[in-house]
Amino acid sequence: MATHTQVNLPLPVLPDNWSGEKDFKPIGKLSAATQRSIEPVGPHFLAHARRARHKRTFSEDDRIQAQENVKKVEDDDSGEISEPEDPMMLSRDAKDWKSQDHYAVLGLSKYRYKATEEQIKRAHRKKVLRHHPDKKAAAGSTEDDSFFKCIQKATEILLDPVKRRQFDSVDEHADVEPPTKKQLKDGKYYKLWSNVFKSEGRFSRIQPVPKFGDENSNKEDVDTFYNFFYNFDSWRSFEYQDEDVPDDNENRDQKRHMERKNNNARKKKKTEDSARLRKLVDDAMAGDERIKRFRQEANASKNKKRLEKEAAEKKALDDAKAAKEAEAKASKEAEEKAKSEREQGKKAKEAAKAAVKKNRRVLKGSVKDANYFVSGDAPASVIDAVLNDVELVQGKIDADETAALAGKLNGLKIADEIKGVWSAEVKRLVSAGKVKDGDVKSLA
Amino acid sequence: MAAEAAPASGTTPGERHAIGIAFGNSNSSIAYTTVEDKADVIANEDGDRQIPSILSYVDGEEYNGQQAKQQLIRNSKNTVAYFRDFLGQDFKSLDPTHCHASAHPQEHNGTIAFTIQDKEEGEPSVVTISEVTTRHLKRLVQSASDFTGKQVNSAVLTVPTNFSEKQKAALTKAANDAGLEVLQLISEPIASLLAYDARAEAKVADKIVVVADLGGTRSDVAVIASRGGMYTILATAHDYEFAGAQLDKVLQDHFAKEFIKWNTTDPRENARSLAKLKLEAEATKKALSIGTNANFSVESLAEGIDFASTINRLRYETIARKIFDGFNRLIEGVVKKAGLDVLEIDEVILSGGTSHTPKIASNMSAIFPSTTTILAPSTTPTAINPSELQARGAALQASLIQEYEKEDIEQSTHPAVTTVKHLTNAIGVMTITGDIDKGLFTPIIAAETAVPARRTIHIATPKEGGDVLIKIVEGGSHIKVSKPEPKPKTNGDKKGDDDSDDSDVSDSDDEPEDVREKVWKVGTVLAEAAIKGVKKGGKIEVMINVAGDLAVTVTCREVGGKGGVRGNVSAP
Ligand SMILES: Nc1ncnc2c1ncn2[C@@H]1O[C@H](COP(=O)(O)OP(=O)(O)O)[C@@H](O)[C@H]1O
Ligand SMILES: [Mg+2]
Repeated sequence: MATHTQVNLPLPVLPDNWSGEKDFKPIGKLSAATQRSIEPVGPHFLAHARRARHKRTFSEDDRIQAQENVKKVEDDDSGEISEPEDPMMLSRDAKDWKSQDHYAVLGLSKYRYKATEEQIKRAHRKKVLRHHPDKKAAAGSTEDDSFFKCIQKATEILLDPVKRRQFDSVDEHADVEPPTKKQLKDGKYYKLWSNVFKSEGRFSRIQPVPKFGDENSNKEDVDTFYNFFYNFDSWRSFEYQDEDVPDDNENRDQKRHMERKNNNARKKKKTEDSARLRKLVDDAMAGDERIKRFRQEANASKNKKRLEKEAAEKKALDDAKAAKEAEAKASKEAEEKAKSEREQGKKAKEAAKAAVKKNRRVLKGSVKDANYFVSGDAPASVIDAVLNDVELVQGKIDADETAALAGKLNGLKIADEIKGVWSAEVKRLVSAGKVKDGDVKSLA
Repeated sequence: MAAEAAPASGTTPGERHAIGIAFGNSNSSIAYTTVEDKADVIANEDGDRQIPSILSYVDGEEYNGQQAKQQLIRNSKNTVAYFRDFLGQDFKSLDPTHCHASAHPQEHNGTIAFTIQDKEEGEPSVVTISEVTTRHLKRLVQSASDFTGKQVNSAVLTVPTNFSEKQKAALTKAANDAGLEVLQLISEPIASLLAYDARAEAKVADKIVVVADLGGTRSDVAVIASRGGMYTILATAHDYEFAGAQLDKVLQDHFAKEFIKWNTTDPRENARSLAKLKLEAEATKKALSIGTNANFSVESLAEGIDFASTINRLRYETIARKIFDGFNRLIEGVVKKAGLDVLEIDEVILSGGTSHTPKIASNMSAIFPSTTTILAPSTTPTAINPSELQARGAALQASLIQEYEKEDIEQSTHPAVTTVKHLTNAIGVMTITGDIDKGLFTPIIAAETAVPARRTIHIATPKEGGDVLIKIVEGGSHIKVSKPEPKPKTNGDKKGDDDSDDSDVSDSDDEPEDVREKVWKVGTVLAEAAIKGVKKGGKIEVMINVAGDLAVTVTCREVGGKGGVRGNVSAP
């Protein structure tokens, strides 16, 4: 090979920490090899033979030794399919092929739907070798080829995938009956049902079919199994059991009638088969300890969840209650505080009110002391006017101002002094814009 | 091979004049190599390159080939056909099915024989299977000698892969008796593969080849690992249920039924009518390999009534579908038996007469991925005539070994030479892809390669060059099945007028097929090596040498550079 294979994907960069003696590091070893025979043919083999021989010659012993471990590629035709032939079967008539057990005819009773195409072909050949009419004639027996025809029919059916399925659909010999209660008492529940479903699984369009499992199967696998069989997609059909339809043109009506009858029968059987399988699954499930265990486990875990949930709910309730209580307490406290504050405020207010009253008495007393700013007996109208003005001023000033004013007036006996204080106050009010100039003439 | 005793004449290499013989159960062919070492198939005196393996005697005169085949109609009792597979067999273990309409095999002194009137006068003779074979081979040798102008005295013959030592010994003896030195018996599928590999344009490559030899009474399939021009058979299957005769039968029944429609008799119930029906059915079948329509016409088919009809290829393919499906299953089955997947098959060689059938080739194209080369006349214009492959291969082998002393040939084909270790896994190197962390296995030596073996490859380095790591590992392949990416919905091209058709199409599109691909799984790390200071754009040459004891030597160097690294991994 002069030109070498070219690879365009690059080699990786050497890692920094890589080291090897003389840049090479042996690590593992080749896996074990298979001994095989190369074909002694072609120019490249000749070159190989030259290299291998190097002028050495090989003996018969070498030959035997060399061939001992060689992997076989040719199947051994002998053995394997050897089953005693039932004399009843040998005398069968090929015309009754519908009732014939095709697997038994070919000596494949053990295999049935499991027989591979290659096995069927080999079995057929073996039977032909034995039962071909020429062989019988040679052995001196009469030329009766009826069993040979049975063999041909069996092969025709089993090598045709469509016909084989039709036959396999009704091959009762491959059925495994569901275990009886008595059988189950021996504690072989898993083994017995396993066999049943292994056999039922042959009808599944979807392959491989999940296994029934045993007591140690986990929940997921068991669920998968039951789901699969509750949704079983079966190729089983029942045309093999059709009644013969007349094959002539004369009886068209009868023919149509038969066909319809067959069709209905097929449908009915198919429905019955689905129901049968469903019941089988129901029965298996009903006795399935695993399902019970899973349910208990599920219940236990559900209970645990419920308790947890209840505890959580209680806690939440308690927490809410505590929070509510705390809140109530806090608001009560706040209320009380506010109340006491309020009460204190009331006293102060009352005190202030009393003070204002007292001061107001001072204010009114002052104008009385000043004889209302007239000499002699003061006429009622003057008294009125002066007291009116005092009240007006009082209305314009707050408690502090009242107190201040009262302070200034307190102890004054002389009318002019008193008048001076009042007119100063009025002036202040006028300049503050609270009283209009001329509104309180009597005190100005 | 004690059985291959030299013939009485004791030919020496210089005196040899050798040919290749494919002696089939239905047909034989003979080939020689030209001065340019090209193999050519020889036509006999009737101009046939496919010579029916049939002998017939009329008034003491011997007929062979096509002329003998015609005798199946009038002279079936004195006609011997389909006898090759009886050679070296016990009467107990032979299948007489195909001899139903010719001389019947019978037990005779512990061997198999036929009772035929082969002389002009007197009692019929009992002719043993060995003698029948010798007579047939003599006729072949005569034709070859007439053609080449020199007496042929030695040959390479092809045999099925399941021929026992006893069968081989019987064939060798019969050939010796016909004046032939048997240089070697080689397997039929290997002969076919050799015929293809010997073509000038063929390159030596590591490939897995399926040879499907679909003949007249049997179909044989072999899966072969072809490694550096050496061949190892990984699996075989033999089938006697699906072959050319069953295709004839389909047509036979088809035309018989048509005949019955117009006439009252069933031509299959009369031996002579049946023989005519059979021969014409085969002719019609062959015509359907070339044309899309074929005639079927028999003079005086039954009760003196002539019958003529036609059939088109489509109809034929429909009525013969079961047989074609049988071929498909047979071939798929043997690939599986070899532990392989169709994705791992590089070539399918269709060999044997039945392989002319276009439908079989197109079925192969459907079963195997587009990367598999299907070598059949209808799929590959340059394909070799499938009926000639075995004879050509035998002739090529004959020309390769005829210079050697008999002793040398025997020693070279000795099991001590042919039995060798074959690698279980591929050996390769890790390269990088876009994803730096994920190395990619790149095979250097394929699995099932016989050791000792040596392979070399050139690998790129990172753009900047520098120091690189060469990691040598074992790799196993497996098939990854994944769901295809859901196709984006196409609403664009829906037209109002063909709504119903449209919905049908999208229905079938709903379940896209799984995507299957061959992926490598990295196994044992065998060794690591470093090449430092690689030039920008440099390439690395990696050579792996596996010794007969499975010790591995790795040699790496920069292409065009000096020095390099070399190291050993010791034998397991
Ligand atoms: N052109 C063709 N088209 C279809 N079938 C063919 C063609 N040529 C030959 N055959 C069929 O091939 C079969 C013979 O194949 P061959 O390889 O010679 O058989 P065998 O290996 O049994 O000797 C016969 O059934 C014959 O009808
Ligand atoms: Mg052949």
